[in-house]
Amino acid sequence: MTVTQANFTAAMLDPSAAVPKGLQTPSGDIASKRFNVYRNNVAVSLSDALETAFPVIRRLVGDTFFRAMAGVYLRQHPPTSPLMMFYGEDMPAFLAGFEPARSLPYLPDIARIELGLRRAYHAADARPADGQVLGALAPDALMNTRLRIAPAVQTLTSDFPIYSIYRANTAADAPKPVMQAEAVLITRAGFDPDIHLINAAGATCVTALADGQSLGVAIDTAGETLNLAGVLNLLLSQGAVTDIY
Amino acid sequence: MGTNSLYPFTKRGQTMLDSARLSSLPPRPGAGYKPQHYSDIMADPDPVGWLEIHAENYMGDGGRPIAQLRHLAERFPISVHGVGLSIGGEGDLDPEHLARLKHLVGWLNPASFSEHLAWSTHDAHFFNDLLPLPYNPATLHRVASHIDQVQDVLGRQMLLENPSSYLAFADSTMSETDFLRELVTRTGCGLLLDVNNVFVSATNLKTSPKTYIDDFPLEAVGEIHLGGHDEDEDETGAPLLIDSHGKAVVDPVWALLDYTLAKSGPKPLLIEWDNDVPAWPVLADETRRAGRALSLVTA
Repeated sequence: MTVTQANFTAAMLDPSAAVPKGLQTPSGDIASKRFNVYRNNVAVSLSDALETAFPVIRRLVGDTFFRAMAGVYLRQHPPTSPLMMFYGEDMPAFLAGFEPARSLPYLPDIARIELGLRRAYHAADARPADGQVLGALAPDALMNTRLRIAPAVQTLTSDFPIYSIYRANTAADAPKPVMQAEAVLITRAGFDPDIHLINAAGATCVTALADGQSLGVAIDTAGETLNLAGVLNLLLSQGAVTDIY
Repeated sequence: MGTNSLYPFTKRGQTMLDSARLSSLPPRPGAGYKPQHYSDIMADPDPVGWLEIHAENYMGDGGRPIAQLRHLAERFPISVHGVGLSIGGEGDLDPEHLARLKHLVGWLNPASFSEHLAWSTHDAHFFNDLLPLPYNPATLHRVASHIDQVQDVLGRQMLLENPSSYLAFADSTMSETDFLRELVTRTGCGLLLDVNNVFVSATNLKTSPKTYIDDFPLEAVGEIHLGGHDEDEDETGAPLLIDSHGKAVVDPVWALLDYTLAKSGPKPLLIEWDNDVPAWPVLADETRRAGRALSLVTA
């Protein structure tokens, strides 16, 4: 009998399903254990891909929990593209609704950081602009200036201390996280992405600049808690500005 | 390569391809490229004559992977080996993925492009594994039309690789070698002969690996693969070999390679080691052994 790829796929993703009739051993028996090679290959390769994508999530929940969670995730959210380097885009939403992870409400935002770092790693290359230009502008001209932001740059805001949690799980001597809202800026000077602590106003300012708003509008949008000099220094020192116009 | 000119495109008014666009890997040992070996390979490429990359790992917009590939391509012939096109799929090829492939092959202009006789995508989901298909006139027609489409879009000949089989389909009516030969005739594609896959499939399906090589259209082979496999058993105690690319090539596969090369003459010969990747000296030694096997045969 004909085994369609729909039959094959359904049985492959469900370990309790019967092996489709028509898949045989050399002696014509149903190829149960042989079919399990495909079940195992798919589950292991997708689970491995998730481990590669989310090392900090794995560290936070432990190997056993991560493996079990990955098994649920890969069946609910199989990849929708052959680019495995971007597999896991649904992880933040999945974690937000994953009952066994309810006691760790910051996991979705940590997953967003890990996805952001991967996007930054593969983002288009960009040549940094010379920041000296800004210093030479009169105040009015400065407020009308726009900054083109490098493709790798991203911001994330959270109700949780996501920068501190990320650092505590990736750097040897990072301080213990304190419960507070934090925002991060992801940059890529050269080839290795990095994350930096900023405040929510700083994130708003960078987002406005990346959307093409003038510096004046970005400052107004960000509000009074913006540390403008700090944000601009960070952007320029990390090669995150590619044009000043 | 001379072998490829036996299969000029004859479809849609094309009588021949620019020879520079055909597979032009040297008949030397090559290695599957892993980023952790970058510095070792650039410092001392011996014995590697060319490198193979997985297409999908170089489909980002930029960053280190693309930069490394540009540097490697200045020093080595590159083979682009796709693992995600799903040529054996029931559905249409993914036009977005084909476009990404065209972009990569366009800027890199690799010595060769190859893919698998397998499927990996169904109903918009990608399973990251090479899944099997039955061999009969309906699947032959479908695979041939997918190969036509790939070669049309890329504007070059592709090589198609024989799979590792763990089971057989009740509705196969053709042998794998007849199926591949017919694809070569219909599409003008070349073949990538994975000798480890031949050994794995023959063991699992209780057939003769040498008979498979005897029946294989060796004149269409543009590249040979070698890799390691895992050993298991099925529920009856019969051997079940699994293509894992996670260890050294075993002696019976080296012997099957010698048997193949004696019939085919020298071919570009790749060591694949994708899982539990060893330090460069181990992979270099395995590649040297491939070089010795090649030195035993004359063109």
